Amino acid sequence: MRQDTKMPTEIRNFGAAGGSSATSARPGAAISIRSLGHAYGELRTIERLDLEAGPHSVIGLVGPSGCGKSTLLELIAGLREATEGEIEVGGARSPAERLGQCAYMPQRDLLLPWFSALDNAALALRNRGIGRAEARRQAGALFERFGLGGFERTPPAKLSGGMRQRVAFLRTLVSGKPVLLLDEPFASLDAITRGEMQEWLAGALDADPRTVVLVTHDVEEALYLSDRIVVLSSRPAGVVEELRAPTPRAPDRDTAVTASEFVTTRERALRALREGAR
Amino acid sequence: MRRWLPPVLVLVGLTGVWQIAASTGAIANALHLEPFLVPSPSEIAESLWQNRSLLAENAWVTLKEVLLGFGCALVAGLAFAVFLHLFETMRRAFYPLVVASQTIPVIVLAPILVVWFGYGIGPKLVVVALLCFFPITVNALDGLRSVDPDAIKMMRTLDASRWQTFRRVEAPTALPFAFSGAKIAIAVAVIGAVFAELVTPESGLGYLIFHDGYQYEAARQFASVFILSVMAISLFGLLALAERRLVTWR
Repeated sequence: MRQDTKMPTEIRNFGAAGGSSATSARPGAAISIRSLGHAYGELRTIERLDLEAGPHSVIGLVGPSGCGKSTLLELIAGLREATEGEIEVGGARSPAERLGQCAYMPQRDLLLPWFSALDNAALALRNRGIGRAEARRQAGALFERFGLGGFERTPPAKLSGGMRQRVAFLRTLVSGKPVLLLDEPFASLDAITRGEMQEWLAGALDADPRTVVLVTHDVEEALYLSDRIVVLSSRPAGVVEELRAPTPRAPDRDTAVTASEFVTTRERALRALREGAR
Repeated sequence: MRRWLPPVLVLVGLTGVWQIAASTGAIANALHLEPFLVPSPSEIAESLWQNRSLLAENAWVTLKEVLLGFGCALVAGLAFAVFLHLFETMRRAFYPLVVASQTIPVIVLAPILVVWFGYGIGPKLVVVALLCFFPITVNALDGLRSVDPDAIKMMRTLDASRWQTFRRVEAPTALPFAFSGAKIAIAVAVIGAVFAELVTPESGLGYLIFHDGYQYEAARQFASVFILSVMAISLFGLLALAERRLVTWR
């Protein structure tokens, strides 16, 4: 039986909860990308791309499908080598050093089915050589706040889509990295759960600010969660337009996304997206 | 319980038909044979009981060959699969050969192996181990290769070392595959051991069947065959049980 996806209100209003010492007050890291280029052999995926993100800012990347958004995230993370240009993350320039600054949350939750929800969340701590009991204690301290209390020992297959996504996000957050790279984190969820999860992520990021690069094909999601959104063109990807979000991570999502300024900005972004897709 | 009932009924029915056909001499007449060459299930059961110490002695010899040969193949096969997985060049060089080598009828190499390894348990172990090695290696390697590349990336950004990625992601992913390979291997291991015993008549159930052929001990031959199937089924069942205990997430 899958668990109910409904979240109690105190979890949605995440920001009100007291910050735990496990995740609060991380040093911020800025991202700076200059004339970045990348190609798979002959296929040029990214061309002359510039991008700046200040510490603790949330940048939303939107673009047509297959435009190289995921490749861009992997480049920032240091999982791939750029063909041209420079990427600097919190002062780290080489891919290996950037890997130390970034935590990457892939499109699918990729929870390991042989571990419980808690052991999945504690993965980064275990990899760092922290003992099982201590790693579980540190990750477990956040379960209540993430609306996952009581599901510590549950195997991932028995969790709902929204809960799995929260465990995956918790796993990313617990890594303690200053930069979070989120690749379409809610793409696999139904519309209602996705809305709830966006509101929840907004609260989580306000309580525990990090520098975030959020890739999504959903302009509304990007505009609601980010401080700034960057519209990318189709392959080879370059920046078409950058837009400031009117009310980043407002506590009440439904009101925020229907406000006239939000709607105007969303229409501008969609227009830019259409232009870039040509 | 319900699941077991139909096959048990079929088995009981077939045994019953055999019992009647054999004890009335119907099979022997149809085949123009002496009736003592066509034992009925009850005669086989009687032979099983009367020859219990002889059968047990030889069954133990065969079981030892199967377990030791399978054990060697399991260790070597898993180690080889991990080696090929870690070194891409080696995998490219060896994998096609490993797959192709499965077509070699290892069993018929037994006579040559006897010449090379002499009598005793040696040649039997080699036959069993060679038979088991390939399904274990190929399946374990396929399992290791089936790991989601995104999971590896995720582990890298979570500061995992090569060993940690292996232990926490690759090995558990490959485990069910390795079990499939081991289950295929254990079934052929029993056949391999018996065949090797036929070629080097010293002891074991294969030897006993061979020997009883000359003595026209048909009932005891069937008793040996019965023990062999029970052995193969039990070993397979033990592996399936271990798999259920270890692979809890499926």
